[in-house]
Amino acid sequence: MIEVRNLVKKYGSHLAVDHLSFVVEKGQIYGFLGPNGAGKSTTMNIMTGYLGATEGEVLVNGHNMLKEPEEAKKRIGYLPEIPPLYTDMTVEEYLKFAAELKKVKRAEIASQVEQVMERIKLTDVRHRLIRNLSKGYKQRVGLAQAVLGFPEIIILDEPTVGLDPMQIIEIRQLIRELAKEHTVILSSHILAEVREVCDYVMIISKGKLVASDTPDHLEHLIEGEETLELEVKGSRRQAESILSGISGVKEAKYEEQGGMTSIQIQVADQQEIREELFYAFAEEKCPIYRMQISKATLEDVFLELTQNEREDILKEEQPETAKNREEGADHEGDL
Amino acid sequence: MRGIYKRELKSYFYSMIGYVFIAFLVAFVGIYFMAYNLNMGYPYFSYTLSGGLFILLLAIPILTMKSFSEERRSKTDQLLLTAPVTLGQIVWGKYLAMVTVFAIPNLIFCLFPLIIKASGQAYLKVDYWAILAYFLLGSTYIAVGMFLSSLTESQIISAISTFGVLLVLYLWNGLLDFLPTNAGGNLAGVLLIWSLLVFAVYQMAKNWILAAILEVAGAAAGVAVYFLKPAWMEGLLPEVFGKLSLSNGFTSVVNDRLLDISSLFLGVSVIALFVFLTIQTIQRRRWS
Repeated sequence: MIEVRNLVKKYGSHLAVDHLSFVVEKGQIYGFLGPNGAGKSTTMNIMTGYLGATEGEVLVNGHNMLKEPEEAKKRIGYLPEIPPLYTDMTVEEYLKFAAELKKVKRAEIASQVEQVMERIKLTDVRHRLIRNLSKGYKQRVGLAQAVLGFPEIIILDEPTVGLDPMQIIEIRQLIRELAKEHTVILSSHILAEVREVCDYVMIISKGKLVASDTPDHLEHLIEGEETLELEVKGSRRQAESILSGISGVKEAKYEEQGGMTSIQIQVADQQEIREELFYAFAEEKCPIYRMQISKATLEDVFLELTQNEREDILKEEQPETAKNREEGADHEGDL
Repeated sequence: MRGIYKRELKSYFYSMIGYVFIAFLVAFVGIYFMAYNLNMGYPYFSYTLSGGLFILLLAIPILTMKSFSEERRSKTDQLLLTAPVTLGQIVWGKYLAMVTVFAIPNLIFCLFPLIIKASGQAYLKVDYWAILAYFLLGSTYIAVGMFLSSLTESQIISAISTFGVLLVLYLWNGLLDFLPTNAGGNLAGVLLIWSLLVFAVYQMAKNWILAAILEVAGAAAGVAVYFLKPAWMEGLLPEVFGKLSLSNGFTSVVNDRLLDISSLFLGVSVIALFVFLTIQTIQRRRWS
């Protein structure tokens, strides 16, 4: 559907997008995840033809965005970060204008605008001036504009930013609806959103693609890091001596406070050592108050990938996630 | 293009700008009309219109100031530039919408010569040519204003810079009198202009060797002409710039009852040039 090849965008000497390449396949929801300023918006602006790239190319269904801009743009609906609304128009006027702009056939404009307003639930506000609408409704009008012409691909730049929780849920529902008929690409810096909505996640940091996979696979990426959190009554020295007798402990961090010691244990090879721990501490009359396995969440993956400088190692590994999982322990150091 | 044209045209009447612009022009020209033609009984409306020339300097910036700067400020340019239309269609659509708004007061002006005729002798041919020349002159001013609007995000800067440039164009012939007529002064002027052009080339190409070669070659050619054929240099700048006076076409109709075809071509060329420059400005921003 969309192929991005070796995209580079420089603003003066600042490298906003750094040799980015990926392919977007039909019928899924893709999420661009990255901290603010990672280059998500720039990438989307280039993909939609708003900005030109310093190097590289964008192909939309085989149409090059530079050489056949009209063919390529016809296949993409775009909702930028700030919805591009003419606030002095009514919703219906604006959507009719957008439909004309997107080369919808004259005879179909009225019916298509009607259909889209129905779908995005804008029929009630059709005669109101856009400037008088709430932020949630403005976002919807922007979304409606992107859907008009029924393009194959819909690109949404941070579609839920600044909305209240109810509106966010509604917009997410709309996005899922849309995904039934369109390929959707959205960007976000909210992990929960990407986790919930997207089938496929691409993590971008400093203009580079650092990982791309399904959310589940990404969480497995650093599962080798599984840690066991323990809170015991007793001194640090006591705990250390107990743990030294247990073979599965790879590394442990201690923190003593008021007669209690909290321990973070890194377990080698995902071994099950909880039972062993229980008896070992019980023998030393050192009661365990709390024991918990903390698994890597998408959040951890995100933080690891976007803050770590060792991105290159990951980039090489990411196509082989399955293999990665088997060898999780070996990669602990790398991650 | 049709969609953009229609939206743009309507937008002038959603806001007050369109009405204010038309009312402003018609009211001021109407006052001149009352004073010259009705009270003093002068039969030429074209003369009245020349009084309305100054009004264009104030009215055109109001019309053009928001054309591209507002679009950029509110980010609606993202809608236009990601739609399957060419940049040329966007710019022409907007330009023609502004010209259409400007055409409305001109159509109203077409009634004034008829009022003169109703009360006596009138010179309809001259008057209508004058209105056409006035319309063309305003259309070139609109192209200039649109270009300046595409350079900035601020409507205020856009309006003030347009007023400044139009003022220079309005005073063009008067300013030319200050240019030197002797060969030495013209050589200095030519060298200055050439250096500015070379600097512009350097800014675009970032190649100082090329710029240096161009500068030296141009300067050598200028100095050579100065020493070999000093007569060519005399009065060169006033003559060249005099040819570029935009309002000459209009004033020759008004003052000499002459229709100057070359000035029509000049007007159309200037429109084409500034539409082209607007397209280039927007295009360049996408790549920077």
